[in-house]
Amino acid sequence: MKVNVTVNGSQVEAEVPDRTLLVHFLREQANLTAANVGCDTSSCGACTVLLDGRSVKSCTLLAAQADGREVVTLEGLAGDDGELHGVQQAFRAEHGLQCGFCTPGMVMAAVSLLEENPDPSEAEVRTALEGNICRCTGYHNIVRAVLAAASERRPR
Amino acid sequence: MIPATFTYQRALSVDEALELAAQAGEDAKFLAGGHSLLPLMKLRLAVPETVVDIGRISELSFIRDEGDYIAIGALTTHSELSQSSLLAEQLPLLAHAAGQVGDPQVRHCGTIGGSVAHADPAADLPAVVLALDATIVARGPSGSREIPASEFFSGLFETALQPGELLTEIRVRKPAGPGWSFQKFTKRAIDWAIVGVVVQGGNVALVNMGSTPLRATGVEAALAGGATAREAAGHAAEGTSPADDLNASRAYREHLARVLVGRGLEEAAARG
Repeated sequence: MKVNVTVNGSQVEAEVPDRTLLVHFLREQANLTAANVGCDTSSCGACTVLLDGRSVKSCTLLAAQADGREVVTLEGLAGDDGELHGVQQAFRAEHGLQCGFCTPGMVMAAVSLLEENPDPSEAEVRTALEGNICRCTGYHNIVRAVLAAASERRPR
Repeated sequence: MIPATFTYQRALSVDEALELAAQAGEDAKFLAGGHSLLPLMKLRLAVPETVVDIGRISELSFIRDEGDYIAIGALTTHSELSQSSLLAEQLPLLAHAAGQVGDPQVRHCGTIGGSVAHADPAADLPAVVLALDATIVARGPSGSREIPASEFFSGLFETALQPGELLTEIRVRKPAGPGWSFQKFTKRAIDWAIVGVVVQGGNVALVNMGSTPLRATGVEAALAGGATAREAAGHAAEGTSPADDLNASRAYREHLARVLVGRGLEEAAARG
């Protein structure tokens, strides 16, 4: 079927098999490889992207389910001038990554969290990242990064 | 892993969904949020020839106060349930339990209708619906019908829904019984419950203690007879047939049921 998704603000249209998963559409049709296929069972969160502004696991959605809708991947967060998104900056400043495989999913989950809850407690950040697994176990710095990003967003 | 080949169709209304399902016959499946169905399709445990995507039927996404009852559209997501101020006030058990399903990404996609129709005995919301004595509304080619939750779950992943029939709404009578609790025991945060317990008033339901969600009838009878929470909890495993699997032995699940029912009854009493 023909699938047309707005990815990071651009239309991506492709004729794909009905069974195509969104993560494969993003990686192979849109050529955006930040969303990783990790566990492929909706457990690890490495494939997390935003669908109409909310975090979803793109390995557990059909591309057809995103047809006509808006997807944002990690590649879509930075500004046109290359300036990193606040959550990306906080991950860098707080060293919120080790091998980096889970990072795109962690960042997208954090962006979605801060949209829903701009001022989360540490416990709320940990709960909100339940669906994202870091096999380097670098959770402490990831949580610090999300809290730092939230703090940076608050008006002073 | 990708699912086996199927034909994708999209319905934009309940009528269209029923028509597409009728045309496709018995090998059709409705796809709501897809977070129960797609994992099964990847594993080839479900191999539908046709998938009818009902995810965009906006008429099925609502939470309404209908006076005597709360009406919840089948396509209301777990995230919407957990953030609903109406539910927080009228049915805090459902709002809380929906917020414990999976993780945020799953809750953004998964729907109450999908979860209940899928009828996984390890899922949270089927047991909640059972404890609430909810009414399941289904529409088929011959019209709409109401099914009491107590008659809805007929076996492992099996329900009273007929092929081609679509779960459209869940109704919960007001007011819910005094006091509630939701207890979920997992190894990791996002796992299915090894055992779960739902309490609303004097109703107690069990997650993952048999091939369907179950009412803890021994506990309910003991409570009705004036037993204390601790005494009643001792009856939690009566009439259950939990699985023996890599997560827990049968005996351990029976033990967990007693412990969690005790905690649930105490928490519900404190809230009631």
